Amino acid sequence: MALAAPIAVSPAPSVAIPVREIVPWALFAAAIAFVLVYFIGFEQGAFSFVSSSYVHEFVHDARHLAGLPCH
Amino acid sequence: MPDLLLRGMLAGVVAGALAIGFASVFGEPAIERAIAFEERTAVSDEQAASHGHPVTEADAASTVARSVQRTVGLAAGMIGLGIAFGGIFAVLYAFARGRLGSMSDRGTALTVAVLAFVALYLVPFLKYPANPPAAGAAGTIQARTVAYLVMLLLSVLTTMGAVILQRRLVRGRGGWDASLIAAGGFGMAFAMGALLMPSFAEVPAGFPADVLWRFRIASVGTQLVLWLGIGLAFGMLTERAARADR
Repeated sequence: MALAAPIAVSPAPSVAIPVREIVPWALFAAAIAFVLVYFIGFEQGAFSFVSSSYVHEFVHDARHLAGLPCH
Repeated sequence: MPDLLLRGMLAGVVAGALAIGFASVFGEPAIERAIAFEERTAVSDEQAASHGHPVTEADAASTVARSVQRTVGLAAGMIGLGIAFGGIFAVLYAFARGRLGSMSDRGTALTVAVLAFVALYLVPFLKYPANPPAAGAAGTIQARTVAYLVMLLLSVLTTMGAVILQRRLVRGRGGWDASLIAAGGFGMAFAMGALLMPSFAEVPAGFPADVLWRFRIASVGTQLVLWLGIGLAFGMLTERAARADR
């Protein structure tokens, strides 16, 4: 029984993920996040690609509470 | 890495759902009172000018009704922000794991969440606090947005600089001194930036001060719920996944 498995579930040592492996995912996540945050936070405010104010008015309360500059 | 990204977005949905609850209970009453103020002043302006076209939330309500804005609109916005923040969080966590000294996965997740909250929300907020409806001048939206984004960029860069500095110093000086020097440098850089950046004082005279305070503190709370929710849910899911692997 010299090699008995540890009884306590100790957390595995954290291994650093190589930067090379993270970069493509980082770019992808940043692109998606940019589009989402742009439409919730900025579209039809200082910048506007879609005419009318529907996007702005729909997410109106979330935009104010997220602390982003609104009208 | 794909697992982490998916987990981040899942944690984002959970945090977004919590933020919807918080924002509905603590944020919406202040928004309603701010809109009521806006309509009151618009009516009196109209009477003073005996004509005119007040641009108020009531006009905007013809596009999207208030009942939609404060329920479905708020929910869609919060879930969307949750997913976006969760994805960003997952990437930051991937960089941080195993690089912040001997910290557990859950500890790393919480640390990253707190740093992201400070860098992406709190620091820009301290210079350009969240405003309820009627508390900003529509004409300066361009200038305010640009200033906000510059402050955000400054905040992100100084936070990254502070973390890198802390990691460099920790070997020679130990955790406490390294952290204090990094935090001090961060505070100095923020103070300089805040002094140099333009200010906007646009809250109209007579706007109820307690509505402004309640709205702003609700905004801080909403973002705190989002980021802490992401960090804690992510940490919990990570530990569960590690246990399943064993």
